[in-house]
Amino acid sequence: MSVELLLTALMIASTPILLAAIGELVVEKSGVLNLGVEGMMITGAICGFAVAVETGSPALGFIGAALGGAAMSMIFGVLTQFLLSNQVATGLALTLFGLGFSALIGQGYVGQVPPSTPKLDLGPLSDIPFLGPVLLSHDLVVYLGLALVAGVWAWLRYSRGGMILRAVGENHDAAHALGYKVIRIRLAAIAFGGACAGLGGAYLSLVRVPQWTEGMTAGAGWIALALVVFASWKPWRVLIGAWLFGGITVLQLNLQAAGVKVPVELLSMSPYLITILVLVIISSDRRRANLNAPAALGRIFHAAS
Amino acid sequence: MLRLEKRPQPSKLWTALTPLLAVLATMVAGGLLFALLGKNPVEAIRVIFFDPLFNEQVASYARPQLLVKAGPLILIAIGLSFGFRAGIWNIGAEGQYIMGAICGAAVGLAFYPSENPLIFPLMVMAGALGGWIWAMIPAILKITFRTNEILVSLLLVYVAEQLLASVSLGLLRNPEGGGFPGSRNLASWDASSNPELIAGTGMHWGVVAAFISVIFAYVMLSRHIFGVQLQLAGQAPRAARFAGVRPEMMVFICFTASGVLAGLAGLFEVTGPAGQISIDFNVGYGFTAIIVAFLGRLHPIGILLAGLLMALTYIGGELAQFMLGLPAAAIQAFQGMLLFFLLAFDMLSNYRFRLSAREAA
Amino acid sequence: MTVPLLRLSGITKSYPGVRANDDVSFQIAPGEIHALLGENGAGKSTLVKAIYGLVKPDAGSMELNGAAYAPSEPRAARAAGVAMVFQHFSLFEALTVAENVSLGMEDPPPQRKLAAKIREVSRSYGLPLEPDRLVGDLSAGQRQRVEIIRCLLQNPRLLIMDEPTSVLTPQEVETLFGTLHKLSDEGTAILYISHKLEEIRALCDGATILRHGKVVGDCVPAERSAREMAEMMVGTDLTPPERRELTPGAVRLEARALSLPAQGQFGTPLREISLSVRAGEVLGIGGVAGNGQDELMAVLTGESPTPGGTLFLDGADISGTGPAERRSMGLRTSPEERLGHAAAPDMSLTENTLLTSGSAQGLTKKGFVAWGKTRSATEEVIETFDVRTPGPGTAARALSGGNLQKYVVGREVVRNPPIFVVNQPTWGVDAAAAATIRQSLLNLAEQGSAVVVISQDLDELLEVASWFAAMNEGTLSAPREVAGLSLDEIGLMLGGGDAQDAAAISEAENAQA
Repeated sequence: MSVELLLTALMIASTPILLAAIGELVVEKSGVLNLGVEGMMITGAICGFAVAVETGSPALGFIGAALGGAAMSMIFGVLTQFLLSNQVATGLALTLFGLGFSALIGQGYVGQVPPSTPKLDLGPLSDIPFLGPVLLSHDLVVYLGLALVAGVWAWLRYSRGGMILRAVGENHDAAHALGYKVIRIRLAAIAFGGACAGLGGAYLSLVRVPQWTEGMTAGAGWIALALVVFASWKPWRVLIGAWLFGGITVLQLNLQAAGVKVPVELLSMSPYLITILVLVIISSDRRRANLNAPAALGRIFHAAS
Repeated sequence: MLRLEKRPQPSKLWTALTPLLAVLATMVAGGLLFALLGKNPVEAIRVIFFDPLFNEQVASYARPQLLVKAGPLILIAIGLSFGFRAGIWNIGAEGQYIMGAICGAAVGLAFYPSENPLIFPLMVMAGALGGWIWAMIPAILKITFRTNEILVSLLLVYVAEQLLASVSLGLLRNPEGGGFPGSRNLASWDASSNPELIAGTGMHWGVVAAFISVIFAYVMLSRHIFGVQLQLAGQAPRAARFAGVRPEMMVFICFTASGVLAGLAGLFEVTGPAGQISIDFNVGYGFTAIIVAFLGRLHPIGILLAGLLMALTYIGGELAQFMLGLPAAAIQAFQGMLLFFLLAFDMLSNYRFRLSAREAA
Repeated sequence: MTVPLLRLSGITKSYPGVRANDDVSFQIAPGEIHALLGENGAGKSTLVKAIYGLVKPDAGSMELNGAAYAPSEPRAARAAGVAMVFQHFSLFEALTVAENVSLGMEDPPPQRKLAAKIREVSRSYGLPLEPDRLVGDLSAGQRQRVEIIRCLLQNPRLLIMDEPTSVLTPQEVETLFGTLHKLSDEGTAILYISHKLEEIRALCDGATILRHGKVVGDCVPAERSAREMAEMMVGTDLTPPERRELTPGAVRLEARALSLPAQGQFGTPLREISLSVRAGEVLGIGGVAGNGQDELMAVLTGESPTPGGTLFLDGADISGTGPAERRSMGLRTSPEERLGHAAAPDMSLTENTLLTSGSAQGLTKKGFVAWGKTRSATEEVIETFDVRTPGPGTAARALSGGNLQKYVVGREVVRNPPIFVVNQPTWGVDAAAAATIRQSLLNLAEQGSAVVVISQDLDELLEVASWFAAMNEGTLSAPREVAGLSLDEIGLMLGGGDAQDAAAISEAENAQA
């Protein structure tokens, strides 16, 4: 295996969870815990796939996926923000529903081949040894993922909007008392998270696999959720985490292909086991684990007056 | 303008009514979904909810299936309901179910072909132990490292699925199976078989266990201080600590209950209706049981009814599949929808709508 | 007469079951410091929320500077020149001072300019603040400064202050009053909400008194005695609790050099706390909020275990025991937070009785609950402490704050605990109920119980306690006998002055006298 190929594959393998996780980070920073990432991802996967196949345009496919994911997240948004339902239960419901719903839409698309997503062509730049293939010759969505990390980081840190979002996630009663529209801000965050998860799902079905199969996200949404905890709600750490898990995935697939004398099942379960391990390491350090956690995470907001 | 207002205390009436409302709303919304798929909605609803019980042509097959499918759902949901009451979220019952089946089957197969009557009880214990051990992983990690139990228990489902694939292809593969994946048939080996106890009812030991668990849970929740403590831990964690309820103990007990019951459900399934360990042994009971637990309002009697209803949608879904060509996935979406409606209507027990003349918000 | 800055006419606002404001009218002149006086639940908060645009009145009208004023949201109120310093709920702990200030402003300047401005304004008003610090790391008094600065940066014409002194030491109160007088001289009117009469007499130019949502009187505070105003506020004659001579017995509860690291990012560590309470004594622990009282309470209830050899009950080491075990040994406690800590909001009073009583009281047997006995035990508390509720089956959150407080304190007191520790026994309770609760604490001590009262209300402590100690940044001062303690000495103790300093002052005073 060449390091170059491995790193190139890593960039692709990490993109779906990166997209989903950066979206969920924004949602959680606003004080909402949406456990339905898996459901939104798989919805995005089939919406993106279906739109891309029907129109022949991967770009439209990705847009469709973002819209699909956002629409899905709005079910969660309405239930938790207006009808004040329990966020854990509603997130689970979103995942269960998303898995069924996507399978339903996807029936006719099993076995089809999506139009291929064009890769960036920077001419001579893409031909630079090592850097070219690893960094400069991917499709645009890979760069979109990286741009989102930078954008979310800068927005949360430097913009007034980002500050208001953090304030809402920290203490919704105080934000309300100052006149901020807690519910509206959270709905926007939830929609953004849904769109990102949708994009991540579509990246699986349109680029990484590329095919549609039922339940194809196979826990990627849950790994994205774990990633947010791993990253202590910091955007750049989400990127590092996504690369780490992308690396493990690529490595285990390569080991499987190379026929290493380790049971295939053990290799397949390794991303999940390592995710658990990382969660344990992060959570065992109590001070660090809570340092950046939004104080209002998962709490129900109901303005008394 | 309609305005939402918190009730001074939860309404008992609405708590009981919301599941019924949710089922009705799901029928309407599901009907719309089926209409979009080009099916006659009324007919689809009839096939799913009424034909399994009342259509003479299929009832002889379908009626016993009701208990067969409801058994594991109820058993798992009862275990989950303890934790859900206390705000402890084990959502990896599917994994514990698989591990119960694997461990139970492995212990049994170790004695093949003995006909010792102790084998089945031993397998039951091994099944419970398997589910329990798998549940203890998130529990102990939560207790010692405060690791999020939702993520860990869920991720362990994927690990369990890989283990299932591994043993079906390797360790537990039937040596006389001609190289096909899957274990020996446990249902047809007398020592390990979990047969239908009363012909034509679908009643097997797993269903018996489910009924016992319902009664046990009912007594514990309504008569024992443990029920109060569970509720306390879930609704007001600080008050629970003040009362002397140790949160670690609650995590331990709740994961024990759900792990053991899910493991048992897996064991009874693999020795009875499923018959063998195979790659596609698990069909999502562990996840559907989450819906059952909520639909039953986390109350044992409610779970009993909700389990039967969910079983009905499974059978009805299968029926609709070959009678109307309704896709299998439709029923899964249908079940998810049910949970949405339930959560949406749930608010009615804690809040009420008020007409207000002037208030805009 | 000049045009009033703010005029309220006939403001009425109802909530289900209560009329929070009933035809309230009054006015405030520019530069006036006007007090809004009333007991908890008299409707003060609802009224100021209406002025600040958080609540829309059902009827009535407001005028600001002669023009109609009906803010639909706080933003509109701020734009009109009305600013408010909240009692609770309006700061973000994980954000910096500058960010917190910025969030409360309409057109905040860029962060760097804002930081400079915060430094400048805070210094000129005698309330120094560091803009880059996290609010979570600040003391209660400093947090209040953040809120005040946030308001001042917008040059308000009317500043509303909701119970501002409840979190301040006497010295800090003086600083605050200086700031308020300076503002008033500059022409800013101040609406000052409080139930502390002496403060109002010292500070305010005019007062409006509310009772049960209605205006029951206006006065110039300086011309009235505190007692007169209190009687207008309460509507009845007040009788302070009876206090008899207590004869102290053996030491029941003792802490020896008890330390505990801070729990969580913004917690207070406990440092070397030593105390001992004898039978028949009431130890009052005062201090500004957030100086370790909650942490000390958690240690005493058994919710936070401490290293061995730090806490003793009748000479036995109880450092590692949990709340249930301590209760069975006779140590009963009642924490500050009624809903969610002392009682579970959605559970009935009967179920809540089970929180602190079990097999020892015959309410459970081998874990099985005797519901009938539990219900009658609950009824006993309801009767003895005059808890107004439809019955023991009512959910805790359906009770008013004062009634629930009577229930949670009464639940422990009816058991006649040999050792009783209570945090903020009368927080948010009306005067009559507060008197009942304080009397019950004194009765307990008289019967030979050892009682510890943690409170931020100095008057309360001086009324019930035989010994007084103060908490400051996690330390506890050496207890002093209440008899003969002067307010200055108490102020010093609260501010962390060494107990010996306080003793030195009192000696000096004695020498002078």
